[in-house]
This record gives sequence, structure tokens and C-alpha cells, in this order.
Amino acid sequence: MPNPFRGFGAVFYKEVLHVRRDPGTLFFSLLIPLLQMTVLGFGIDTNVRQVNTVVYNADGRQESRELIDRLKNSDTFHVIRYVENDHDLNDMIISGKARVGIKIPVDYSDRLIHQMSAQVLVLIDGSDSSVAGQAINVTTSIGLDESLRRSVADQTAPRAVDMRPKLLFNPDSRSPNFFLPGLTAILLLNVTTFLTAFAIVREKERGTLEQLFVTPVRPFGLLLGKLLPYFAIGFFELCNIVFFMRFVFRVPIHGSVLLLAFLSLPYIFVSLSLGMLISSKAATQGQAMQLAFLTILPSIFFSGYIFPRETMPLGFYIVSYFVPASYFINITRGIILRGAGFQHLWIDALALFAMGTFLLVIAARRFSNKIIMT
Amino acid sequence: MATPSSNPADAAISAEHLVRRFGAVTAVNDISFRVEKGEIFGFLGPNGSGKTTIIKMLTGLLPLSEGDAWVQGLNVRTDAEAVRERIGYMSQKFSLYDDLTVLENLTFYGRIYSLPAERMRRRIDEIIQLNGLEPYLKRLAAQLSGGWKQRLALGCAMLHEPKLLFLDEPTAGIDPVARRQLWDLLFELSGQGITFFVTTHYMDEAERCSHVAYIYYGKMIADGTPAELKQLPDVQPAGTERIEIITPEVTRALRLARHIPGIRSATIFGESIHALVEDHFNLVDLRAQLQKDGITVTDIRPLTASLEDVFVELTYKHQALLEASRA
Repeated sequence: MPNPFRGFGAVFYKEVLHVRRDPGTLFFSLLIPLLQMTVLGFGIDTNVRQVNTVVYNADGRQESRELIDRLKNSDTFHVIRYVENDHDLNDMIISGKARVGIKIPVDYSDRLIHQMSAQVLVLIDGSDSSVAGQAINVTTSIGLDESLRRSVADQTAPRAVDMRPKLLFNPDSRSPNFFLPGLTAILLLNVTTFLTAFAIVREKERGTLEQLFVTPVRPFGLLLGKLLPYFAIGFFELCNIVFFMRFVFRVPIHGSVLLLAFLSLPYIFVSLSLGMLISSKAATQGQAMQLAFLTILPSIFFSGYIFPRETMPLGFYIVSYFVPASYFINITRGIILRGAGFQHLWIDALALFAMGTFLLVIAARRFSNKIIMT
Repeated sequence: MATPSSNPADAAISAEHLVRRFGAVTAVNDISFRVEKGEIFGFLGPNGSGKTTIIKMLTGLLPLSEGDAWVQGLNVRTDAEAVRERIGYMSQKFSLYDDLTVLENLTFYGRIYSLPAERMRRRIDEIIQLNGLEPYLKRLAAQLSGGWKQRLALGCAMLHEPKLLFLDEPTAGIDPVARRQLWDLLFELSGQGITFFVTTHYMDEAERCSHVAYIYYGKMIADGTPAELKQLPDVQPAGTERIEIITPEVTRALRLARHIPGIRSATIFGESIHALVEDHFNLVDLRAQLQKDGITVTDIRPLTASLEDVFVELTYKHQALLEASRA
């Protein structure tokens, strides 16, 4: 009877050697879970804090300033700007710079002095339901607290400070409305970064890249020729995703679909350039896969797709500025949920375009210097 | 060793004191040679001796650390771009697109060299004729056998009518018939005035070259026609001659032969032993001595050195020099 386990020792020995010869793979497979854990551990803070807030204080007197101080001290709101009119207040929210807008009416102090009830308008970006819920709760309780303090001082006073929260966008707090626009950015990476990275690394593996470099083909010609077909594929996929989102998941699109298509171009460009850069580094498709995953992770965790960027620890918040998906998620949510226009989003598009150009130049330089040498 | 003497612009390739260093390692150490137009230049040497590095330097892929080189009259330091327009290159492993058909691969290369539509059609037709690719046009490159892959690769490399082709081990891993056919093709093209720079490990291929060079650890240790190399004093020292001992018992015969005075070196070649012996070595005595030990000797006859003998002798000599210099 032959031993069914024959060869176990030999194969085990060989496998240990393989793992030791290829520390890169081991490193990545051990690092990525730790990275994910760190991010999820520090990043998930179910207590929404430091929500970007814009204030329009039409009154400006003592009482109104006290109210603003109380809001600031709550730790929920982080006042990033004071504006002077309704238009700017709305604009800050539509452009995604602030999620909460607080408007104190011009007669706030007068009404309180005359023991009348004063209303404060709280505009809340409803696209992220957890942020919106927290904002409603905190402002309402501050309003109640303020009223209580005043009625303790004067028994006859009515409910003095009346906080009036108003949910803008996504009023029924549907979560697909919030998640799907962000998911678009993540899904698009799959067809752009991954496909381009593989397309070039495949040529490296086969040796066709070396063959090409002995011809008059120049690095930029090569990269652009490689990039363009995947650009078209990426754009086509974006159209599919948006179509699905609108007609299958019934997410209403408040802004212009054409603008969304136009502003997706710089994002596709960045993702493709990133794929190029990965392919200039990776020698095999396996390595390309690992590196591509390293770009997917920050896009999921640091972009604001799952966790609001404002509530991240400072280190992660800084990182989020270097993640292209952060900008594109602001664009998709801006157009789809908040009906934002070009004037609100051009800066995000510009940031993406700059990143894409930067990455492409680095990739082309690495190709002309490094690949040829090896 | 031939050093470039006349105008480098007249040669297909003229290399002068090429040096290439990778960090502390000198991969190519002061190599000079000249390939005339229309030659089939065989470039030989053990694996890792610097052959591919030199091809990369001559095709402008790798900057020269020192020295100078002209390819088709163009300086590779200053005109790498123009050099690449005028040469064809076929790399060690098959490096065309497996998922493209034969015709698509040819068309792709035609576009790379920006051939005008009319010329591209004509050239593709010519290549198909010459390389006999007609029956396979619609077939994916992946489905071709080794020999046909090489013919296709050669076709792609010469689509833009270069006068100089670099072939890096073009016949590695293909069957003997395909190998013979590929060489017949090279001779035909050479007859049309195309120069070939070929690296190979096959001695029979080296024998077919009109000019061979041998490099060993970045140094060129032989350069000339096959006939010239066989006459080198290192290969055929004065006062020695080569003999061939034919016997069915080569292994045992070799063991004995190595201990017979007057035999300087001996190696097995199939069913015979090639030996370098001192002049006036008595072949009749040798036969008697071997037979006394019970070995059947079919024949003993004089032999002219083959290129393999040349390279083996030169390698031993330089190995000894290398070890001596290290000690």
C-alpha cells in the first residue's frame, strides 16, 4: 500500500523556500490586513464630529454670537466660514465645502429681548444620513437647552430659541442615493487602473516591450497609444454605471448628466496614469495586482466614500487630499445629490487633471529611464 | 585582433573601445570590432558574457560608459533615434503578440515604422513570399510552431527594409529542420546585401558565418573568419597536432588517454575522442597501448580543429588567466 502522503515533506520544504525567496508577496499579504485594520479602527468614529459648518449671522449681536459659540463648543460643528448672504450660504453647501449651514435672522436678538420666540434656520446636507442625523440632534438639543436656560431665568418666557432644521438633498435619507454616487469612483478604478497596469505589464512579461524599444516608438507615443483605448473603455463604463444608478436603483440626478460626463474625464485620466505608473514599477501581473490593490484601499477608506473625511484623524484627513477618488466623489455627489454646477466643482476637476498630468509625466520618465536599462 | 582602421562610416558596425559598467561590475570591457557590409557576423560567448549588453549598446538602448560606436555610419551616442530607424532587431525569446494574427503583427510593425500605405502593402507581400508565411496569415501567432514564430519575428524585424539586422539567438529552441531553413533564409538575404549580427551557441551556425567573434567575461578573445581562428597559435600551439580516436568505448578510452604521455588534452565528441598531441607522437604506439588495455580502436586519424575546439581552447586559456589574475 503506497503512502498517500508521500512527498509531503519535500513539497513543504520547497514551499517554505518559495515564500522566503519572495518576501514582497508575503509583505503585501501581511501588510494589507493590518493596514485595513488600522484604517477601520481609527477611521470609524460613529460619533460624527467637526462637521464643516458655514454661518450666516444676519444679526451679529451678543445673543447671536453666544449661540454660535455654543454650537462650536458642541464639538459636532466646525465653523469654516462666515458668510454675508443666503446665496453664499447655499453655495457653500452645494459645492460640498460645508455640510451644515446656520442662518441667524436679523431680528434674533430683538425677538429674544422682547421675549418672543426666535427661529434659527439650520440647513443640512442630507446626502450622508449619519452626518445629517447627528446635526439635527445636536442643533435641536442646543436649541432646547438655550430655551431652558432662558425660561429658568424668566418663567414667563415661551420656548425662546427655535432651531428649524431643514434637510437639503436626499430628504428621505435613502442610503443608495448616498453610496452609489461614491461607488462610481471606486468601480471606475477597476476598469481603468487595473486594465492599463495589466496591459503594459503583460508586454513586459512577454518581452514585447523590449522589442518595441528597439523601434522608433517613443515613450509618450507608447503610453498615449496604450492609454487612449482604455480611456474610451473607462468612459463607456462610467455611462453604464450612471445608467444603472439612475434607472435600476432610481437615484435621482439633480444636476447635469453632461457635466458629470465631462468632469469624469480628468478622473479617468488620473486612474489611467496611475495604472501606467504601477506598470512601470511592476515586473509581473501578480505584482501589478498587489500595487493596484494598494491604490484601491485608500480610495475606499480615505476618500469619504464610507467615512466622512471631516471626521477622520488629522493624518488620514491629510492623506485624503492625495487620493483622487476624494475629488471625484465630491463631483459625483455634488452633481447627483446636490445639483452642483461647474462653478462649484471646477476646482476638484482641476486638482484631478493636475494629478493625472503629474503621474503621467513620472510614468513616462520611468519608462524612458528604467525599463530600457533592465 | 582586428581594430577599426578605416573610416567607421563605411562599415555596417564599427565599435571602438566599448565599455559598459553596471555599478562595480564591468560587463563589457574595452571591446572593439568592425562588421563590414554584407557580412554574417557571428557573435559567440558563454551565457552572461555580455552579448546582449553589446547589442543593447549598439541599438541605442543602453548608454555607453566609454568608447564609441557607429551603426550604419551613425554614431549611437548622438543618433540613437536614427539608428533605430535603420536596423531590425529580433530578441532572444519570441516577442511578438500571441493574440494577434500573423498579418496583424506584420501590419503593426509596418505602422510602427510609419510605412506609407502603398509601401507597406508591397513590403508585407514581399515578406510573406520570402518567409513562406502565406498559409498562416489568419492564424494567431500563439498557434505557430517555434520555427514559424521565428520566421514571423524575422519578417517583422525587416519590414522597414533595414540593411542591418541584429538577431539575438534566433534559433534557440527550434527544431533542426526549422533551424536549417532559417539559415537558408539568412544566406538568401545576405546575398541581397543585408548585414547580420547573430548571436548563437550552435557551433555549426558559427561555422556558417563569414566572420566570428568570441567574447568571454566582457573581453573579446577572438575575432576573424572561422578559418583564421582555427590557425590561432593558442588553438594550435606550435609543435602540436590534433587527432581523432574512433572507438565504441569512448569513456574508458578517455580515462586512459589522459594518462598517456604526449597527449596534452582530450575530449569526447560523440563516438570519438579529439586529442591535442605533441608532434611526431606515434599513433601506432597509441593504438597498441589502448588495445593492450582491451579497447577496440576503430580508427585513429589526424583532424583539423573545429570552431568548438577553438572556443574550448580559448575559454580554458582565459579561464586560467582570469584565475591567475585573481590569485
